[in-house]
Amino acid sequence: MNNTQSTEVIFELSKSGRRCHRLPACDVPSSQPLDKLIPREHLADKPPPLPEVGEIDLIRHYTNLSARNMSIDTNFYPLGSCTMKYNPKRHERLAALPQYANLHPLQDDDTTQGMLEILFEMQQYLAEISGLPAVSLQPAAGAHGELAALFVAAAYFRDKGETHRRKVLVPDSAHGTNPASAALAGFDTITVKSGANGLVDLEDLKSKLGDDTAVFMITNPNTLGLFETQIKTITDLLHSKGALVYLDGANMNAILGITRPGDFGADMQHYNVHKTFTGPHGGGGPGSGPIAVRDFLAGYLPAPVVIKDGAKYKLNFDMPKSIGRVRSFFGNVGILFRGYCYIRTLGPDGLKEVSEQAVLNANYLRARVVEGFDVPHAGPCMHEFVASARSLVRERKITAKDVCKRLLDFGFHAPTVYFPMVVAEALMMEPTETESKETLDAFADTLLKIKAEDPEVVKIAPHTHVVSRPDEVKAAKELKLRWKS
Amino acid sequence: MSYVLNTPEDQKAMLAAIGVASVEDLFANIPAALRLGRTLDIPPAMSEMELQAHLSQLLAKNQSASEAVCFLGGGAYDHFIPSVVDAIAGRSEFYTAYTPYQAEASQGTLQAVFEYQSLMCELTGMGVANASLYEGGSSVTEAALMTLGITKRQEVLIAESVHPEYRQTLETYAANLNCKVRTLPTPNGVLNPDDVKTAVSDATACVIAQSPNFFGHLEEMQAIGDAAHKVGALFVASFDPVSVGALNRPGDYGADIAVAEGQGLGVPLQYGGPYLGILACHDDSRFLRKIPGRLVGQTTDRNGKRAWVLTLQPREQHIARANATSNICTNQGLLALRAAVYLTAVGPQGLKETAELCVRKAHYAAEQLCKVGGVSLRFKAPFVKEFALQVPGDADLLLAKLRAKGFHAGLPLGRWYPALKDCITVAVTEKRTKAEIDGLVEALKASA
Repeated sequence: MNNTQSTEVIFELSKSGRRCHRLPACDVPSSQPLDKLIPREHLADKPPPLPEVGEIDLIRHYTNLSARNMSIDTNFYPLGSCTMKYNPKRHERLAALPQYANLHPLQDDDTTQGMLEILFEMQQYLAEISGLPAVSLQPAAGAHGELAALFVAAAYFRDKGETHRRKVLVPDSAHGTNPASAALAGFDTITVKSGANGLVDLEDLKSKLGDDTAVFMITNPNTLGLFETQIKTITDLLHSKGALVYLDGANMNAILGITRPGDFGADMQHYNVHKTFTGPHGGGGPGSGPIAVRDFLAGYLPAPVVIKDGAKYKLNFDMPKSIGRVRSFFGNVGILFRGYCYIRTLGPDGLKEVSEQAVLNANYLRARVVEGFDVPHAGPCMHEFVASARSLVRERKITAKDVCKRLLDFGFHAPTVYFPMVVAEALMMEPTETESKETLDAFADTLLKIKAEDPEVVKIAPHTHVVSRPDEVKAAKELKLRWKS
Repeated sequence: MSYVLNTPEDQKAMLAAIGVASVEDLFANIPAALRLGRTLDIPPAMSEMELQAHLSQLLAKNQSASEAVCFLGGGAYDHFIPSVVDAIAGRSEFYTAYTPYQAEASQGTLQAVFEYQSLMCELTGMGVANASLYEGGSSVTEAALMTLGITKRQEVLIAESVHPEYRQTLETYAANLNCKVRTLPTPNGVLNPDDVKTAVSDATACVIAQSPNFFGHLEEMQAIGDAAHKVGALFVASFDPVSVGALNRPGDYGADIAVAEGQGLGVPLQYGGPYLGILACHDDSRFLRKIPGRLVGQTTDRNGKRAWVLTLQPREQHIARANATSNICTNQGLLALRAAVYLTAVGPQGLKETAELCVRKAHYAAEQLCKVGGVSLRFKAPFVKEFALQVPGDADLLLAKLRAKGFHAGLPLGRWYPALKDCITVAVTEKRTKAEIDGLVEALKASA
């Protein structure tokens, strides 16, 4: 089937005079030329040169482009660390209800009581799930939440007169956002090594921990999909030095209702609502990255937070110690709204079942993958695990990237590749709880089949997609970041 | 109901393959002392029917822009969204995918982002645009941070007429970095370019102004930019992406970095987010080295076919880590898609007509509202689709009265500018009809 019609760049489809959207006639007096209302020097001679297409052109163009994507709705998408679980359709319909979708962010609280109740409840749920009582829903994504929490930590230490605490410790297996956020919050980043078991090397941590340590950022379960068994020792150690512990909550899908960051010693955490509570990922976003913190940090959270004053909900701006805003308006409410729908649909037992089944699926897939691939760290794993293609490279000259590209031919999205960096030729797989045993078996069978395939076929894969092996070096050297006629 | 599929038999077979007796055994690495040991204290599960009923009942307590006529602006506007935008953004091949790390499996998203970047270049008159940032406030902030890196200077000057929440965002970030933010007063509702000339120095990394500004008024952007450039500082322009259908673009008046809240381009109000942060700058290596966020570039594949990939990734956090240009990872991809579809749907003529309708209706509204006793335009500067009015009596009380009559009539400026506590801003989009405007005038007469 040929579904390539109208897939040229949209500007190439343009034909002068065509249009899609039409506006009503002006119903207020409009006889005056525009430059009587706005001085000439502000006005453009002509509008920006946007493409001119008809409605069918537009629809066919973007519909055919959409068919060039793999997505959760079309394919198994085991992209590690991204929690690509099913995105319930009910959320989309509910989020489109006009009493939500048409709510202006600066409306008076009297006219947003239903919205504020939802957000207030969401704060409560996130506090309960994390074991950290104070929540800000403002950050727009996980990395934004990390940054907001580090601002909170900085404000807390400034308040205590401990401005000598300049260092943020980050394990070598951490997401790149951790050190990037620490730098943006004005801290120096110190890397802590992982041991051979994939967990934080306690001795290395001790050697780097000092009176100048502000925060230790830890991902638990970590990016290898392993629970940091010494987490309490680690958090006690940090606290004994007067430092704070930050939990990167990217992997919350493994521990819902099972263990809580607040109970294992974290002082602050972010959530990725678009991952754990299944806001769709949107082809790269939007996300939502609320943060939860201990009581003694509550006053520093970004304002406003939602409070309940008698029977009335209101936005509380009266937070004199607040770090201020990290963005305009309340937050990525559309994603929070979907997260609320998800939590209400699942309830406490459903959330726990999510983690149990996510962990079961990951361990089952791990057991199948181990048949043909190295998995350097001992199981059981949590919600994800990291395999390695290093022996394939050695024996057959097939890299992790080649395996990923070949998977696409069989209708599977690739795992996360070359991350975390502590594993050579890493293939990070997170199946999530919303996949069946049949899907996991089909995926594992395919991986094993690829391993045995003719390397020449694998090395130039994919063979069935619209493009194959785009030249990334050329893209960076001969930069073309926009269409030009 | 957790959307799981494994039957008890499946689970038994899976546990056997793993070599453990129970699911509980898989959690053996979590010490018993750290276990929750009780059920989470959140409400019990709801069916889809119950959830829909529950939310309908909650949302009925809201009075949205559908239940009252909306004249609210302040960075979020009740513009019309053509149905094609929802149709395309509602395609789950787009909205259930993620960041296009695997180019071959993501050509749809990558091309759409490349088109978005191209459209933003046309909209701003700038050379390069990134794949999106969170929203207007973080875009202003990221632009300011770019200028610190480019100029190696530490001072940021920002007009008081820039959206107060953008300024607050900038202040939050700056408080933790070697960056000094100075606010330039705008007592007449707009920045005086002579004040900029006096304020800038060779320590100034950038001057940030917004036009139309928070009050809706147009700034003398060319002159402000010239004043910045004179001392080697950069000029960051926050613009309105709908108004450029009729107005000069940031690239036309000498901006070095153009930023905007992109909500007006086909994004529902949805109580403040997700929205769209637009950032565009010069196509110049000094800027490209510092640009935050993702970029999609055109290339060819192994068969010589045109293809798109994420490019210049060494700037980004997953590679550069602590040395990244920004910590952003997840961006606002789906909103960038909405903006691309919106701009394609309206086209150049539609954007021009939309901007002009806003201008004409806003001027009609201002004229009629000022006929009400005690009501007058607070500032003299030209405006586009929003303006500041001085109103008699208590502004909050007046707005409450107008709400009771079915109008979200405006924003009380005292909330952000204590000296303007007797003022409101009124925004008028192309969606407002003459009847609605006349209705507001009548309601105001009865309330003022």
